[in-house]
Amino acid sequence: MTVLIIAEHDNAALKGATFNTLTAAAELGPVTILVAGSDCASVADEAAKLSGAAKVLLVDDPQYANPLAEVFAPLVVGIAGDYGHILAPATTFGKNLMPRVAAVLDVQQISEITAINDPDTFERPVYAGNAIATVQSSDAIKIITVRATAFEAAVPGDSAVEIENLSASENPGLSEFISTELTKSDRPELTQAQIIISGGRGMQDGENFAMLEKVADILGAAVGASRAAVDSGFVSNDYQVGQTGKIVAPDLYIAVGISGAIQHLAGMKDSKVIVAINKDEEAPIFQVADYGLVADLFKAIPELEAELNK
Amino acid sequence: MKVLVAIKRVIDYNVKIRVKSDQTGVETTNVKMSMNPFDEIAVEEGIRLRESRSAEELIAISIGPKHAQETIRTALAMGADRGIHVETDDEIEPLAVAKILKAVVETENPDLVILGKQAIDDDSNQTGQMLAALMGWPQGTFASELGISDGKANVTREIDGGLETIQINLPAVVTTDLRLNTPRYASLPNIMKAKKKTIDETSPGDLGVDTSARLTTLKVTEPSSREVGVIVEDVAQLVDKLRNEAKVI
Repeated sequence: MTVLIIAEHDNAALKGATFNTLTAAAELGPVTILVAGSDCASVADEAAKLSGAAKVLLVDDPQYANPLAEVFAPLVVGIAGDYGHILAPATTFGKNLMPRVAAVLDVQQISEITAINDPDTFERPVYAGNAIATVQSSDAIKIITVRATAFEAAVPGDSAVEIENLSASENPGLSEFISTELTKSDRPELTQAQIIISGGRGMQDGENFAMLEKVADILGAAVGASRAAVDSGFVSNDYQVGQTGKIVAPDLYIAVGISGAIQHLAGMKDSKVIVAINKDEEAPIFQVADYGLVADLFKAIPELEAELNK
Repeated sequence: MKVLVAIKRVIDYNVKIRVKSDQTGVETTNVKMSMNPFDEIAVEEGIRLRESRSAEELIAISIGPKHAQETIRTALAMGADRGIHVETDDEIEPLAVAKILKAVVETENPDLVILGKQAIDDDSNQTGQMLAALMGWPQGTFASELGISDGKANVTREIDGGLETIQINLPAVVTTDLRLNTPRYASLPNIMKAKKKTIDETSPGDLGVDTSARLTTLKVTEPSSREVGVIVEDVAQLVDKLRNEAKVI
């Protein structure tokens, strides 16, 4: 059975989680990649070269310049009949779009899968990752979002597959894009970073995050935060790692002044190596840490910066 | 304008989740239950629309067993005008929830339905989008700011990497993210007043909705746990371990 994935991109290049979604999809069968956007031929070319891709569908139309679910869903629904599985990354893009597609097709979506057991059976975390449910779908088409950290990223192959052009579907005219305000940063994106240093309530205020940024710049790391730090207004929500923020699994995760609420652990406990720096030795973060340092972060972080600069 | 908020009774977010030893689910007996935190934000947003006179009526709906009425009472105590309880003891999947909400929306005719972006039990993040799709309405998901004017809603959305603002026609569905507002606590006088507010009772059958499950849960297991780590003496030792033992920097 053929599998469709919905590529997430910015009209210039594919976004990271799309590569992992392709790897998941390839476990199910030959993969067609849908690239819908505006002036996005370069994205289709990039997708066509990926190992695991069998075909690329390109829909190049100004109405797809921004990913409005009301405009994208009819396009996916229109071609859904050709596929047994339709997958998208479990990013804000995929989470916004896929349930809209699923409901029109009368399908119960399977959200944020972390494993594929067979073509009908999938594993997905529930209760902030405190339990793993194995679910079997009886729907004719499976609509799935994929947790990127659970699958490897697909890489370019030796050759490029065919790119077929599709025409745009009708715009229902329900919604209009106004603007985006993206956080500008020279550091890697949280979900793509090899190393992340995150701050929690213990940081005390937003200005103190500058200490973490200095360490991040030495390590080439991204800066994250716990929900407590976001709720306290230290940093904006797109820093948030956790159940309701971003799910990350870097090689190294350094948690600074983070107590380790289950909601935060849900977002980072699959990291390869976890370091916790906290003055409270009872903090639950130490239970998941490979290396724990019981210390005042306002002393430890400048020391860490100095030590790394040696 | 009339606003409907959908709320779910879930295991309280502070409760440590325990997987049942027979792998059929998680332990829910004698466990503290509360309103899903994102739904509290939805209720609060509805109340603010009511207070700013953008909305004339705020209705809170919950689907679930008898005890779901307590959650509706909480919403009424916060400031919702009346409640609807769709009683069922079955586990209802998001698609079926969306179908039930659609049936209610068709009789109540709200201009805006506000829901939490996800329930913290099954973490699906689907119901709002599905309801919007079934109604043929636009959706403003993961909202951090909501403005209503001239039959349209301006929604600022929390997206990966920043914020996105869209304008959607009403009627519409909006799902809440954390920064939309800080929910109020119900005051004691309002808790007393809420006891007198109406809760209409209905059921999926009365609404003509088939709620049979599409997903079968084969098992629920504990996530793999991490090996216990070590406590290092100082920063120098930490950096040494990261360089030479873990080899990650």
